[in-house]
Amino acid sequence: MPTFTAERKLFDTALNPGDAPYFDAAAQGRLLVKRCKACGEVHHYPRALCPFCWSSEVEWMDTRGTGTIYTYSVTRRGAGAPYCIAYVTLDEGPVLMTNIVGTDLDAVRIGQRVQVTFQTTEGGTAVPMFTPVTQGSAP
Amino acid sequence: MTIKGKAYIVGAYEHPLRKAPDHSVAQLHAEVAKGAIEDAGLSRDDIDGFFCAGDAPGANAWSLANYLNLNRLRHVDSTDMGGCSYLIHVAHAAEAIAAGKCNVALVTLAGRPSSEGMSGTMVRVRGVNLPDAPFEMPYNPVTVNLYAMAAMRHMHEFGTTSEQLAWVKVAASHHAQHNPHALLRDVVTVEDVLASPMISDPLHRLDSCVVTDGGGAIIIARPEIARTLNRPRVRLLGCGESTKHQAGGRLDLSYTAAAWTGPRAFEEAGVTPADIQYASIYDSFTITVLLQLEDLGFCAKGQGGRFVADGNLISGVGKLPFNTDGGGLCNNHPANRGGMTKILEAVRQLRGEAHPRVQVPGCSLALATGIGGLIGHRHGSATVILERE
Repeated sequence: MPTFTAERKLFDTALNPGDAPYFDAAAQGRLLVKRCKACGEVHHYPRALCPFCWSSEVEWMDTRGTGTIYTYSVTRRGAGAPYCIAYVTLDEGPVLMTNIVGTDLDAVRIGQRVQVTFQTTEGGTAVPMFTPVTQGSAP
Repeated sequence: MTIKGKAYIVGAYEHPLRKAPDHSVAQLHAEVAKGAIEDAGLSRDDIDGFFCAGDAPGANAWSLANYLNLNRLRHVDSTDMGGCSYLIHVAHAAEAIAAGKCNVALVTLAGRPSSEGMSGTMVRVRGVNLPDAPFEMPYNPVTVNLYAMAAMRHMHEFGTTSEQLAWVKVAASHHAQHNPHALLRDVVTVEDVLASPMISDPLHRLDSCVVTDGGGAIIIARPEIARTLNRPRVRLLGCGESTKHQAGGRLDLSYTAAAWTGPRAFEEAGVTPADIQYASIYDSFTITVLLQLEDLGFCAKGQGGRFVADGNLISGVGKLPFNTDGGGLCNNHPANRGGMTKILEAVRQLRGEAHPRVQVPGCSLALATGIGGLIGHRHGSATVILERE
């Protein structure tokens, strides 16, 4: 019954200019996405230009931190295994890549409701991950 | 303008080695270039177009052009779309030939990931300044789990099973037993695939391609030159290339960019999937084959599992003989890039030079398709349709 190994070292990458507010918010326990003031669409990962209309009038927006597992895979070989990589569809719309943590990895299912939790990389950056809110799944 | 009939594949060569610890990467490129130009019956000084991709030392054409001492180049293209780059190179070479930019194009692929200890569970940093990396790399996206997530979604949406995926590997192994150069020559069963170690749910070790050293090369020439050569003529009919990604967060892993490249290639060629007698389908993983078969129109979306089951991809047994060299799953996946070997086996089939036990009788129309990058986040696709003239 594998669970997330707390010892797994989280890979650090250099942030690009413009990324800091996302990770600063994560350090405060908040998950942000970006919304376009011109077309109203919400996107992820966050960009300086809206990927839907190319407007530069984009703003940070707080999410509820809840969503549904779109897909996942428990990786059982290689460094840090076992771990569960997943895509979660946020209630605000965009899908984001993440890890599912704090649960029996064999019980993870597509359609499962999840909520955000935060873990810290080796370099001290807080990153959003997700953990199940309840048992059961939706279609 | 169309590239239909504007260019021919006149030379093809696959390096016989699968492990080459004592070869340099440049040497492997040179050996396959030499093999292909000799196969064509041309000489080094006929080459005036050179195509290579990210596996070339330095990821551009300079070092290899220097090493090979190519002195008559008029057209150079180092387009990199991962493993499908070489299929794109076929299309670009035909475009360049049709536009009068070159007459004889060399395309090379080589690498030695086996000797360098690479695997599909390793985190690979794919460049600097990547806008996506800070939002992905902490989660350990690796080659196998970025395909596994697509497989998991396919199972959820369409009821695809691990047994159905395993049939792709079983078919490849039936072909590989006849290829003396194949890395894995043992015939395997569905049960063998399911009993192999789980690498990343739902993909087992035997759902995954091999890691090999080696390479391959092709020569593409204009029709007037092809007609002077003493080889069966393989004519290019149609091509498609594209790329697919996360669409700003509107991710859909149920299909690949082959859903766009296939129809374009078929339209240009003026043929349909039902006309194809042999198909080289990129097989980094079993799920890669399933998705492309659906996207290219060999079966309806979601029906890939049923389509591949019960040996339907085995030459002489099923309706669509695929990867008769054993493919990336059993034969060869040099430099972690399977696009070149897909072209090579399609050329062998059209020339009638595949192994007699897997040769499609009277093969005159073939397709080769590939995926580069990772279908779980960003990938390219290219499809090429070829005919025996």
